[in-house]
Amino acid sequence: MKTIYTDALVIGGGLAGLRVAIACKERGLNTLVLSLIPAKRSHSAAAQGGMQASLGNSVKGVGDNEDVHFQDTVKGSDWGCDQKVARMFSHVAPKAVRQAAAWGVPWSRVQKGDRKAIVNAEEVTITEPEEAHGLITARDFGGTKKWRTCYTADGTGHSMLYAMDNKAISLGIPVHERKEAIALIEDGERCHGAIVRDLITGELVAYLARTTTIATGGYGRLWSVSTNAIICEGTGQGIALETGKVALGNPEAIQFHPTAIVPVGILTTEGCRGDGGILRDKDGYRFMPDYEPEKKELASRDVVSRRMTEHMRKGKGVDSPYGPHLWLDITLLGREHIEKNLREVQEICQYFLGIDPAEDWIPVRPTQHYSMGGIRTDEQGEAPNLKGLFSVGEAACWDMHGFNRLGGNSLAETVVAGMIVGEYVADACQRYDMGNQALAQQCLNREQADLDRLLAREEGENPFTLRQEMEAIMMDKVGIFRTGEELAKAVAELKSLADRSENLVVNNKKRHANPELVAAIRLRKMIKVALAVAMGAEARTESRGAHSREDYPQRNDRDWLKRTLAFWRDHGIDLEYEELDVNEMELPPGYRGYGEDNAIAHPDTDRRLQEVEAIAKEFSDRHQRQQQTMAFELPVKFKPKNQRRGEDL
Amino acid sequence: MSRTLTFRIFRYDPQLPGDKPMMQEYQLQEAPGMTVFIALNLLREQQDPTLQFDFVCRAGICGSCAMVINGLPTLACRTLTSNFSKGVITLMPLPGFELIGDLSVNTGKFMRALSERLQAWLNPKEVNQDMHRLERPMEPELADAIYESERCIECGCCVSACATAQMRETFVGAVGFNKVARFALDDRDARDAEEFYHIIGDEDGVFGCMTLLGCQDTCPKNLDHQGQIAYLRRKLSSPERII
Repeated sequence: MKTIYTDALVIGGGLAGLRVAIACKERGLNTLVLSLIPAKRSHSAAAQGGMQASLGNSVKGVGDNEDVHFQDTVKGSDWGCDQKVARMFSHVAPKAVRQAAAWGVPWSRVQKGDRKAIVNAEEVTITEPEEAHGLITARDFGGTKKWRTCYTADGTGHSMLYAMDNKAISLGIPVHERKEAIALIEDGERCHGAIVRDLITGELVAYLARTTTIATGGYGRLWSVSTNAIICEGTGQGIALETGKVALGNPEAIQFHPTAIVPVGILTTEGCRGDGGILRDKDGYRFMPDYEPEKKELASRDVVSRRMTEHMRKGKGVDSPYGPHLWLDITLLGREHIEKNLREVQEICQYFLGIDPAEDWIPVRPTQHYSMGGIRTDEQGEAPNLKGLFSVGEAACWDMHGFNRLGGNSLAETVVAGMIVGEYVADACQRYDMGNQALAQQCLNREQADLDRLLAREEGENPFTLRQEMEAIMMDKVGIFRTGEELAKAVAELKSLADRSENLVVNNKKRHANPELVAAIRLRKMIKVALAVAMGAEARTESRGAHSREDYPQRNDRDWLKRTLAFWRDHGIDLEYEELDVNEMELPPGYRGYGEDNAIAHPDTDRRLQEVEAIAKEFSDRHQRQQQTMAFELPVKFKPKNQRRGEDL
Repeated sequence: MSRTLTFRIFRYDPQLPGDKPMMQEYQLQEAPGMTVFIALNLLREQQDPTLQFDFVCRAGICGSCAMVINGLPTLACRTLTSNFSKGVITLMPLPGFELIGDLSVNTGKFMRALSERLQAWLNPKEVNQDMHRLERPMEPELADAIYESERCIECGCCVSACATAQMRETFVGAVGFNKVARFALDDRDARDAEEFYHIIGDEDGVFGCMTLLGCQDTCPKNLDHQGQIAYLRRKLSSPERII
C-alpha cells in the first residue's frame, strides 16, 4: 500500500482549503492539499461580486462595523444561523480583506471626489472624501444596511484565489492535483486521513494525517441546472456522510440565485443589481417595487428569487423554448461602467447569448446556487462525532448562513473560516497522533474490493442515466417552492435510485483515467446527499429563508428553531435535530423586513429580548455590550479590534 | 431544422501500452445554443464513455477546457457549435503540455512549475502588515492596471500558440511574462528591475520572444501580451538597469 503522511491533510484546493493549509504551514506543520483539478481552477474563481467586510471606507459604508454586519447576517439567515459563528465571522472579515491585500489582491479602490452611480434606477452623485482615497472601496449588495461588499472589478474570487494559491506556492505547500478522496479512514471515533484515487493513474493511495479537513465546496450539481462548476458534486459531503458518524447540517437549506442566464445557468453577479441594474418582465415593466417596496431588487436572494417565480407564475415571464424567464436590465449603468466593473458579465453575455448587455436586456431566472448546509461542525470547525475531521467553506455547516446566505458572505466565509478554523486545525495537529496505518490498509482493501466489484459487473444500471434521473428529481421536486406531496415523491424516487445505484455497470473497464468509472464512484455518494436534502426538506414543515414550503408558509420558531442533522445509517438517512437556544442569542428572532410578518414566535423570545435590552442600557460601549450579551471565542491573533477610517485603536 | 455535426476528435491514451494516436469521428444532432462543452458531454454520455476531456466552470472563467478547435487554441466551454458553418469540428489537445489522454492535458503541472521558477507571487515590501489597522492606500488606477494583468486564467492557449515555446521547452512564454509584468507593476512588491532581469532577461525570457504574437491573438481574456512584453523589454534594457 502506497502511503503518504502529513500533519494536516486538506481535501479541496479552493479558497477555504488553501487558507486552512496556509494557517497550518505557517505554524510549522506539514500540510498537503488534495484537489480534483489545479487549485486555481477551483469554483472560488467564479465568485464575481465580492466579499463582505465592514471596512466602512467608502462614503456609503460610513458607520458600518461588526455589529451591523452581524445583524444583517443573522436577519439574512432568517434566524437559522449560529449567532456566535456569525459574530466570529463579522469580527474577522475586515482582517481577511486587509490580509488579502497584503498578499497581493489589488482590490478596487476609493477614488476621491464626485462620481455618478445608479441607485433605485436614478442617477445620483456620490462624493468620496479625500481621506478615503486609495483605500479599499465597497459596492452595494442585497440584504445589507451599508455598502460593504469589497471587490476587484467583477473578478473578486479570481483575484483572491490567485493570491491565495500564489501564497501557498510561495510557502511550498504541495497541492496533489487530479486526486479524489473516495473514503475517509476512521475508527468510529477519530478520522485518520483518506483513501485517495489518482484520477490519472487510477492508483489508490492512503493519505494518513493528524487532522483531515474537507473543503470541497457545495453540492449544486445534484440539480440539473445550477450556477455551480461541474465539480461541485457534493462528494466531500458524501464521504463524510458515509462514515455514519458525521451529520449533514441543514442539508435542505439551498439557495437559488435570482439572475442566472437562460438556459445554461451561468451566473451574472449580484453586483449587476448592486450597481443599479433592475429586473423587468415580459412587458418591460419593473415589478420588484410592487412586491418589495423598500429593498426592491436588493432584497435578500431568497426573497427576490421567490418574487420572480411568483411573477412568472402570473404569466408575466418571457416565453422561451426553455420555459419562461425575466429580464435583467443593466443598460442604465452605461457602457463605461459595464466594461470596467462588469466585464465578466459582458463576456458571458457575448459568448453564451450573443448579446451586448450595454444595449440588450439579459434573460435570467432563479437557479440553484448555494448550499447553506453541509458537514456539521462545531464553532471550531470540527465534526462533533469524529475527532480530527474538520470542514470549512461551503462544504461545511459551520452555520453562519442559516437558511439564507447574503451575497458577498460566501466568498468572505471561505477565507474568514479558513483563517479561524485553520488555527484550530493547527492546534488539533499538536493534540492528535498520526493516522493509523493498519486501519488505512483495512479501509483501502475495502475500497479496492468495492472498485473490483464495480469493474467486474457486466450488467446493471448506467451511471449517466441514473445521474440524469437524480438531477431531474431534484430540479422538479426539491426546488424554490416546495410542498410535502412533491417532496414525498422525491424521497421515494431517490430511495429507489439509491438502491439501483448499488448495481452500476461501467462499460469502460480501464482502471486508469476512466471518466465513466469516476462518474460511477461519485454518483453513489451524490444520491445519498440528495436523499438527505429531500428528507430534510420534507420533514421541515415551515418556511425559513430559502426553504419555502407552500403548505407551511409561516416561519415557525416555536417548533423549528433547530438545525437538521442528517446521518447515513443502515442504508438510509436518519434525521435528528439540534436546538438553537434563544436564551443565548444576541439578536432574538424578529421580523426580517420582507412581506407579511407571519412568524410563529418562540416562547422564550420576549424574555430574551428584555434581557438583551437591559444589557444594552447598562453598557454604552458597543464592545462591552456585545461581550455581555453573547461572549464568543476566537484564536488570540484575531481578537484585536478593527480600525476604521478616522478611528484610533 | 437542426443539422448533424461531425466531430473529429484526437484519441490517444499514453498509459495504454501499444496505443497509437488517431482521429476518431462522431456525429451529433446540433441543438440551439450548443457549445463544445455540451457536445462533448453528450458524446461521452451517449456514444463513447472513454472520451477524456476537462471542464470545470463551463463559463469561461477557470481556463480548464482550452483545446485546439479547428486549428485555434481556445476555450471549448464558450465556443458555440454554430460558429462553424460547415458543421465539421476538429478537436485536438493543446500542444506544449503533458498529455493525459485524448483532449486532456496537464496544464496545472506546467503552471505550478512556472510559478515556482518565476517566483510569481507578491514579495511584499513590508513583511509584517497589521491586519487590524487601516490598509495601505493604493492609487485606484494602479489597482485597476494590476487587475488587468491578473485576469489571466492560466488556460495555456498562449503557450500553445507560441512558436518559440513549441521549439524550446525552457521558454517562459506569455503567461509567465504576464505574471512578471503584474508584479513589476505592483508597488507593494519589493523586487526591482535587476531582480526581474535575472528571471526573464535572456533568450528563455523576453529577449527570446519572436514577436509573432500568437499569444495575443489567442488569449481568451484579451490580455495585452504585446504591451506587457514590450514593457518588460523596455524596463530590463533601460540605462538605469544596465550600469
